[in-house]
Amino acid sequence: MADLAVRLGPLALRNPFLLASGIWGESGESLAGAWRAGAGGVITKSIGERPRLGYPNPTIETYADWGMLNAMGLPNPGMDEYPKEVDVARGAGATVIGSIFGGDAAEFERLARRMEATGVVALELNLSCPHAEGYGTEIGSDPADVKEVVGAVVRAVHIPVIAKITPNTPDAAALAVAAERAGATAISAINTVRALAIDTNLRRPVLAHGLGGLSGPAIKPVGLACVWQIYEKVSVPIIGVGGISNVEDAVEYLMAGARALEVGTAVTHGGIEVFGRLAAGLSARLDELGFASVADAVGVAHSAKA
Amino acid sequence: MRTVTEVAECVRETPSTVTLRFEYAPAAEPGQFVMIWFPGDDELPMSLSYTEGTSKGVTIKAMGTTSRNVQSTTPGTRVGIRGPYGNRFDLSPRNILVVGGGSGSAVLAPAAERAARAGARLTVALGATQAPELLFRDRFAKMGARIEIATDDGSEGTKGFVTGVVDRLLQTESFDAVWTCGPEIMMQKVAVAAQPRKVPVFCSVERHMKCALGMCDACALGPLHVCVDGPVFPAERLVPLEEFARSHRDPSGRRVSFGAR
Repeated sequence: MADLAVRLGPLALRNPFLLASGIWGESGESLAGAWRAGAGGVITKSIGERPRLGYPNPTIETYADWGMLNAMGLPNPGMDEYPKEVDVARGAGATVIGSIFGGDAAEFERLARRMEATGVVALELNLSCPHAEGYGTEIGSDPADVKEVVGAVVRAVHIPVIAKITPNTPDAAALAVAAERAGATAISAINTVRALAIDTNLRRPVLAHGLGGLSGPAIKPVGLACVWQIYEKVSVPIIGVGGISNVEDAVEYLMAGARALEVGTAVTHGGIEVFGRLAAGLSARLDELGFASVADAVGVAHSAKA
Repeated sequence: MRTVTEVAECVRETPSTVTLRFEYAPAAEPGQFVMIWFPGDDELPMSLSYTEGTSKGVTIKAMGTTSRNVQSTTPGTRVGIRGPYGNRFDLSPRNILVVGGGSGSAVLAPAAERAARAGARLTVALGATQAPELLFRDRFAKMGARIEIATDDGSEGTKGFVTGVVDRLLQTESFDAVWTCGPEIMMQKVAVAAQPRKVPVFCSVERHMKCALGMCDACALGPLHVCVDGPVFPAERLVPLEEFARSHRDPSGRRVSFGAR
């Protein structure tokens, strides 16, 4: 049986499949449930300094089987309330990674210290939400901004810092390079792809916020391309995200250069049990392909390219 | 994907509830809900109060801003519908005690109708703040159900909570199952009353919802997600939960206590 355990710098995971931020992450019991279902780790909802209701509904548009559009608007209970949710998840034994979002480096730094104090094993910085004014992509599209935020957080905490970067830019690899230079332990790529749906009968956008972020199978090729390009430019581990719903998707991401993987939208079709299925299936598929471990498969497609 | 459809009919059920009927073809079962979008306003999770054929319906109580706005909806208003989502009532019991508090009857009525058509014996305990707020009393009567009423102000039936009526019925009669929907504190009391008699209780639970797809965690209730694991739950899965009948989560995910009814 191929070894599924992976390391992201000092961070050890029992398998590469992480619950993506934004999915099942508002409550500690849900995080615990994802862990029990077999996730290699769970990433919290992105938490800010104050409670945020998010946008009104509709916050979701669904498509047959190729994707989903959302503009939730970073709803979260706020950093004052959230430690008790982390406690519940940690109490269940879960490997918890804390996601945070801020409007500038100082806010990220304050949140990072507070999230570290909850006992999470690592931080993931949301530099990539495509639909929240003043946050996410708006402060994560310029390599200089990414460097400033990541640097401030890395100096403030003692746990690994993961930068989650946006695909909504001409050069995602430049953002990853900036994060690496600032001391990031790993890069997550990608967040959702900025997108829109219009109801033609009503002549208006479907989502209350208008613009949203596309996730699911449709964005897998976009995520693969970003991971591919980032792998050529950085030496820190990459966490592949975007449209992973089956074992083949996972292997593609590994071969493109990802060392760990985030799974989100697949939960809506496969239920949370998707984590157990992916882990079992990946081990079998790696055996078939002749890899003794996940690590052995990372980036192999690069050596075959023309 | 949503289907945009026109509201065909608006029926004033009680001073605080209105039923909207609309054409929506996808098959639905009693207990399931839809997400109904009022363009320019919010999208709300609503249990179907009419599930048969293509003419579906929801019955909406004035609670928050949107559900208050919706009270003055007129026929021809366009709404977006997605779903149906969630699970359904098990319609196999033959002797059912139906307990509806306030607008809870909205989801119980179509289930009771289906059961009555299949020959089940129905006893319906309806509770409301006052007599004009008793929802679907005539509809239950048409099914041939025996109806017991309680109102908070005593304007009809027993004065007090419907749980008093339920206690008496459970002590004096036997039932195969209890179906209930209403304030969680009421449902919890019903579950506790039925437990020593080993009558299974099924509760339809309400939570704030966003995605309705089991993803966003807005409707988390302990380890459950009401949108995909429910909204109908056997009471034994709910009663042990710290949050049941005590708190829900607001749209930010913060826990908020239920006010005393």
